[in-house]
Amino acid sequence: MPLVENGQVVQDRYLYVGDDEPIPNRVPIIVSAKRFFENVDTLIRRDGSVGVVWPNDRRVAELAPWLGHLALVALVFPKFRDGRAYSQARLLRETYGFGGMLRATGDVLRDQFQFLVRAGFNSFEVKKPGDAGVFAEAVRRYSVFYQPSADGSVPAQRRRVQRNANDEPQEPAA
Amino acid sequence: MTSPLDQKKIKITGPVVITANRVGDGAVVYRSADGGWTTKLDGAAITTDAAVARTLVAAATGDDLNAIGPYVAPVKLLPGGGVWPGNLREMIRHGGPTIDLSAALGA
Amino acid sequence: MYVYDAFDRKLVTERVSDFRDQVARRLSGELTEEEFKPLRLMNGVYLQLHAYMLRIAIPYGTLSSQQLRQLAHVARKYDRGYGHFTTRQNIQFHWIKLAELPDAMTDLASVGMHGMQTSGNNVRNITTDQWAGVAPDEIEDPRVWAELIRQHVTLHPEFSFMPRKFKIALGAAHHDRAALRIHDLALRLHHNAAGETGFEVMVGGGLGRTPYLALTIKPFLPARDVLSYVEAVLRTYNQFGRRDNIWKARIKILVHELGAAAFAKEVETEWQSIKDGALALDPAVVTDIAARFRYPAYETLDDSPKELAQARRDDSRFDAWMKNCVTNHKIPGYAIVTLSLKPEGGTPGDATAAQMDDIADLADRYSFGEIRVGHEQNLVLPHIAQRDLPAVWRALDAIGLALPNVSFVTDIISCPGLDYCSLANARSIPIAQELTRRFHDLDMQRQLGRLHINISGCINACGHHHVGHIGILGVEKNGEEFYQITLGGKADENATLGTLIGPAVPYAQVADVVEDIAAAYLELRQRPDELFIDTVKRTGVEPFRERVYAAR
Repeated sequence: MPLVENGQVVQDRYLYVGDDEPIPNRVPIIVSAKRFFENVDTLIRRDGSVGVVWPNDRRVAELAPWLGHLALVALVFPKFRDGRAYSQARLLRETYGFGGMLRATGDVLRDQFQFLVRAGFNSFEVKKPGDAGVFAEAVRRYSVFYQPSADGSVPAQRRRVQRNANDEPQEPAA
Repeated sequence: MTSPLDQKKIKITGPVVITANRVGDGAVVYRSADGGWTTKLDGAAITTDAAVARTLVAAATGDDLNAIGPYVAPVKLLPGGGVWPGNLREMIRHGGPTIDLSAALGA
Repeated sequence: MYVYDAFDRKLVTERVSDFRDQVARRLSGELTEEEFKPLRLMNGVYLQLHAYMLRIAIPYGTLSSQQLRQLAHVARKYDRGYGHFTTRQNIQFHWIKLAELPDAMTDLASVGMHGMQTSGNNVRNITTDQWAGVAPDEIEDPRVWAELIRQHVTLHPEFSFMPRKFKIALGAAHHDRAALRIHDLALRLHHNAAGETGFEVMVGGGLGRTPYLALTIKPFLPARDVLSYVEAVLRTYNQFGRRDNIWKARIKILVHELGAAAFAKEVETEWQSIKDGALALDPAVVTDIAARFRYPAYETLDDSPKELAQARRDDSRFDAWMKNCVTNHKIPGYAIVTLSLKPEGGTPGDATAAQMDDIADLADRYSFGEIRVGHEQNLVLPHIAQRDLPAVWRALDAIGLALPNVSFVTDIISCPGLDYCSLANARSIPIAQELTRRFHDLDMQRQLGRLHINISGCINACGHHHVGHIGILGVEKNGEEFYQITLGGKADENATLGTLIGPAVPYAQVADVVEDIAAAYLELRQRPDELFIDTVKRTGVEPFRERVYAAR
């Protein structure tokens, strides 16, 4: 399935390494949480980026102490209706200050792209090839947001307070 | 009546049809013998065989473009020839709400 | 009432455009029903027995006359000329076509209306007392806070795919008219000893298969913290609510499985880490929202004008309506008028397009253009000058909306039931209709006094039968409709779940059973002014059980 980053389809620099596979040198890798914790000392010292797939039913607080060593965290949407990874994403970005790649995996569909971006994801394993091509358009569907979010988009409340401070009219002149 | 949409085992105790709702307008439709959908109950394919019913439902389920949520529904075969819905839920789906709407709205 | 600004309007327009695209992709087959269903639900679009149903949000039950006229237009153009007001202060249309929905939604968007989050596993319409802003016993209008929270939870990226739906209610008076304790989250506005404004926070209420009343997890939350605390509750629920079993997925299950203290601690820990961040309420934000709430320019009028007393003496029907449908307003010289949508033989909560237009006209003329929707499925004109009451009554009487049965036995709360709803086991509307016929005599209704009947066609309890004085739940036995009867439920600040009185009775006997219950009450009550609900509380259900089942 296509990987989308920065609004376009890109080649995946990362290699998924199965739990029983040897860890290659230097190549950026993504391992399971299990593999990560079994080999944490080796992995954080390796020459090459490390990413972890974090299950959606495990608290991200457990991973928090290691975030400084991780270039990527992959979160999981087993079905798109299972929205636990949205909370995980926001906690990673906003509570724990994770600045690396945050990848959405699993049932990642076009109609959730903008929610995913606002939750802090910046890397997307898009389930349907057809959806990958419209990513850039899909994340511009909405220009008004009521909530502050992990991607820093300015919520309506702040724009209103600014408008009031600038003494601008509530309605734009016709 | 309890929603039949979660039928896991199809038990047939009499004649049945496959019914669903049409995608465009949600209207009640019945699977016809030629694999299409009709709003007319007497155009529906009727079977008394569980295996046939399963096949019909499977085919109907794949027709997601046209109909939603197909399931097996009982019918009654009338002595004079003709088909009638086989329980209250199907009666209501077929004939509409049992309330006299114009009276209820004081029209 | 809240007036949209350019941001609010833009959001709704963008939502309509997004949905239009989603409908097109569904009709072309690009989206399967499995992928489309949660998307349409997020716009209030259900599939029912006969057609799609569109549920339109009426935020905290407040409508402008312009909006009500547009609902009438939608009823005429896209439906069959009528709509149904629900127990969550929304309106439903039962005969919608998917292909026409984007156009219907465009028409609604033009008056700031939408179906966003009236279904789906997100935060639903935030409800409150239908007398908010005008009730004398209120400490402050809760609708400003309701609007703040509504905006915060609308298209929230984190909370659009929760384990299940999430219902919030706000109250601002000691007397609870918003049924707070049956909500997932309830916020009761009040002042602490220092006179500061804050909320009692209650979580874990809900009816359905496992009914629970909400528990207080924070007696006083400062108003400044309301958004961050709501966020913490939702985040806790989103992460830890059960997703393995649809019947165990509401927050009430999580609260009761963890225990209130452990749940509260979980929320508190999360809240402590976010409370002073971006969600700490800037007073400028509250001021901004409050500034777009328009309040009537009330005149300075005297209470109880002489003409009113004379009119009451002159016409006993007007007097009866005054006693039943008119309540005190916080502004002298004004009154709150309730319009009963429970006519004899009618469907509880339904109104025709013509009635909607007429009510909108009356609102323009007499109520500063504002209407309210109550969870009891009646409407309210909230700002009537007392001197206008005779004229308002005559106008309502002429269009059949002046029946003085509010809170009486025929003021029935009922879900649509098996006549419309694909979740139902049994019909509810015909039961309600028969009961309105059996008890049509107004003298009998007055004799029985306040008596709330709630009817649900299935265990999902959309009719709130658990908290009815008489609760009626439709079940199916061997293909036949049967009904379980409960007594003693209450939805107010002394919220109580009703007690089952015995085995379910068949469809044909339900009205007889209710008549027996009413007769038993008249015999058992100690004084004519002992309310039904108080008699049941005093005697327990046993005497009623005996009476009902003696001959059955």
